[in-house]
Amino acid sequence: MDVSFILVILLFGAAATWFVGDKLASKAALIFSTAALAATLYVIYRYNQGAPVSFIYLWNQSPRIFLGFQADGLSLTMTLLTTALTPIIVFSSFGNLFPKTRAFYALILFMAFAMVGTFLSVDGLVYYVFWELSLIPIYFIALIWGSGTAEERKKSVIKFFIYTFAGSLFMLVAFVYLYQRTGSFLNLHLYKAMLTSTEQTWIFAAFFLAYAIKTPIIPFHTWQANVYQKAPTAGTMLLSGIMLKMALFSIIRWQLPITPWAANEYKYIVIGLCIAGVIYGSILALKQTDLKKLLAYSSLAHVGLIAAGAYTLTLDGLRGAFLQMIAHGFVVVGLFFAAEVINRRFETGEISGMGGIRVQSPKFTSMFMILVLASVALPGTFNFVGEFEVLYSLAQSNIWFAVIGGTTIILGAFYMLRMFQQVMLGEKNEKFFADVTVSEGAVFVIILAVLLFFGLYPKPITDFITPELEKVLVYINRFNK
Amino acid sequence: MDILIAIAALGIICLIAEIFNLRKAIVPVTIIGLFAVLGHAVYKAKFGTTLLSFELDENQYFNMVVSDKYALGFSSLFILLTIFLVALTPDFHKEHKPKISDFVAIKLFLLTGAIAMVAFGNLSMFFLGIEILSISLYVLAASEPKNVKSNEAGMKYFLMGAFASGILLFGIALIYGATGTFDIPSIKALSTTDLPSWYTIGCVMVFIGLLFKIAAVPFHFWAPDVYEGSPALTTATMSTLAKVAAMASLFKMITTLNPHLAGYITCINVVAVLSMIVGNLIALRQTNVKRMLAFSGISHAGYMLLSIHFTNFADAQGNLLYYAAAYAFAGIAAFAVVLSVCGKKGNEEVYNFNGLGKTNPLLAGVLTCALLSMAGIPIFSGFFAKFFLFSQILAKGQVTLVIFAVISSIISVGYYFKLIIAMYTKDSTEKVQPVPVAYTTVAVTAIALNIAIGLVPSLVMGLIR
Repeated sequence: MDVSFILVILLFGAAATWFVGDKLASKAALIFSTAALAATLYVIYRYNQGAPVSFIYLWNQSPRIFLGFQADGLSLTMTLLTTALTPIIVFSSFGNLFPKTRAFYALILFMAFAMVGTFLSVDGLVYYVFWELSLIPIYFIALIWGSGTAEERKKSVIKFFIYTFAGSLFMLVAFVYLYQRTGSFLNLHLYKAMLTSTEQTWIFAAFFLAYAIKTPIIPFHTWQANVYQKAPTAGTMLLSGIMLKMALFSIIRWQLPITPWAANEYKYIVIGLCIAGVIYGSILALKQTDLKKLLAYSSLAHVGLIAAGAYTLTLDGLRGAFLQMIAHGFVVVGLFFAAEVINRRFETGEISGMGGIRVQSPKFTSMFMILVLASVALPGTFNFVGEFEVLYSLAQSNIWFAVIGGTTIILGAFYMLRMFQQVMLGEKNEKFFADVTVSEGAVFVIILAVLLFFGLYPKPITDFITPELEKVLVYINRFNK
Repeated sequence: MDILIAIAALGIICLIAEIFNLRKAIVPVTIIGLFAVLGHAVYKAKFGTTLLSFELDENQYFNMVVSDKYALGFSSLFILLTIFLVALTPDFHKEHKPKISDFVAIKLFLLTGAIAMVAFGNLSMFFLGIEILSISLYVLAASEPKNVKSNEAGMKYFLMGAFASGILLFGIALIYGATGTFDIPSIKALSTTDLPSWYTIGCVMVFIGLLFKIAAVPFHFWAPDVYEGSPALTTATMSTLAKVAAMASLFKMITTLNPHLAGYITCINVVAVLSMIVGNLIALRQTNVKRMLAFSGISHAGYMLLSIHFTNFADAQGNLLYYAAAYAFAGIAAFAVVLSVCGKKGNEEVYNFNGLGKTNPLLAGVLTCALLSMAGIPIFSGFFAKFFLFSQILAKGQVTLVIFAVISSIISVGYYFKLIIAMYTKDSTEKVQPVPVAYTTVAVTAIALNIAIGLVPSLVMGLIR
């Protein structure tokens, strides 16, 4: 059993979910996504045993394209993140009644398939195909099942699609150019392409456009808040929990090793943009009155910091970014799920319409509190480990980056706790707030367990990814001695 | 030559069948016959020989028709497209049952014209081909005599087309005047020597005539009106079969004739870039689906024009065939859906598609796939077509052209998605109409072929390389 098996399960699951009909769709989706998670765990186990789990197949002779899926520490971690979050996302949607249920769940699984493909591909073109493929399901999920009036939703969704499509097309041109230079799309061959500084600059810029739009990094972020708010919660979770990690992962997997000279040359500009995003996201989050929008802007701030860590080109930065990606994936899914839980009961996204939940629902309040604390990177949670390493690496490259980036922790604590106060505390709300159901509680417990466990004991993950990151660093440092 | 004869004979059989009152057999017989010819053409392209016990010696026809891999590959594509178009005919012309034989026969003659346009070895054969194709199209465009718009379309197309044919013929005459021959290999051999200046003028006129046929900017003004006015099935024929045929022969012309003119490649680049950008920009503002697809076709012609930049000739031919196939299959699928949605309504405005995602999810899915393919989203072959094309142009070092092509692709997403959004977010106001089986079958088969050649590009490429 190799990694391609995970993809097969997800793709087959998407088809099966569609065919079993509306009634059983949600259960089928849960079964198949859990099966994919089990398969991932088994593959990781086999990988640790030293068994070959990669998959490669020559798909097209001219131009040479390999259907190659490589299993290494980085791609397997991201695959695990995806397959672990997918059942959670599927399960968290159980409480909602959607029209056309089977299409909804089939699209979620299809999206997971595309994202896992993106993480595993070694061939630039196959990677690009999966990258684009993941856009189609999220487009339909946000368009058909989103909230708000159809007109507004249409506008924000199409803006999102055109933005990301535009960015990735330039990445495609970069890949095609690299193919002309090296005669291969395989990442190891591309790493070894000795590009001149001009070439590196342009290719770096093309990649940066694609990733900056997807992440998003300022000034390419304008699609984000509206789509997060308009999409159904499952879509927002997919977007913020996994899909934007595709961009962060790709920075480490593709952009930095291929164009190390340019990455070093423009390091300060890029980190500057990322840090600007951190500040901007935090300040805007302060002013939001809509809970999902507030979380969207706080997510903008967090991913800005992750991207900044990756662009420092140090081991600490890369590792911190990687850990933070996983931690952020879980935390943001948990927070958006909490927003959904409130929305199910109060049927509003406005913070002013909430408040006084604690009196009615102590269980929910304490779980939400831990999530909020994890989000502001309290020591003891998983987010602290990553955030600390990222800030440390920023301090190494320039102390001011760390100082400015560090203010977000303060700002973040301020707006998150204020939000908590407004949403949960205060006089008892007139509307009735039933305490979390068992299935809702289960979602929170799983997420919190992951966050706390790895917050106290991150060693399994750091041990798993560090050797791979060191290999990446070798390619990065080749040009920059 | 054998293919040409077989198809022309099939057309005549159609007409005779009508006389003997065998109307019901016309469409099945034609489709079976076309499949047989398709098999023959594909076999010949792949293995170089035929399964027939006798061989027609091409030399007997004084090199009028050549059957190289390029010609055979494109002929196969044309035959396949005609099969789809013929399959759509009986349901589309339900009210004119007695005329079925005419409609089918004209499509077959159109196909002979299209094949002559890619298989020519002689300029006179080329001209015969383009005229047979054009005259068939004039008739089809005006085939709804009681509809003013159809009359207008036929008249406009005829006037503009006749003018373009005149220019083309003048060009051929000038080339003949300069070289003393219509034979393509002889012209190619002579074109490296010193030729009188009217040879250059002749070449340019031939190119212009063909650019008119593929509706490249600035020779595109006829296209939107003619596309909108013609019966929808004719529009489907024009925008898939006719456009691809003209494109294939233009490619053959450009790579064969050497016009002794510095900078003519730059001119073609400008035409290609203008076609892409202008076609897509104007398409953004259309509310009529047929007009929108017309402008989208203009932009696709621009992409295909870029294929004249190549480092490896066989690869470039393969890429062009691949692009043409991807575009034409998506086009056929899209038009099959347009026919089934707008068939009885008399107009093709976007609002007709409201709520199709609910009323007929299958057709909505097919149209979505077709539009995504045209926009160049992966796994559909439209993406791989663009990818192969971009690789080919970048290998030649034309980065600027690729950037323009990319920008135009981004613009095109805007209007393709307009239709998708109408299908999925708006609600239908009308009752659900039953859809003829033929429409659904053609739509699904065409999109399945589109995806199949996307997953296995060698299906198409293997015909030429």
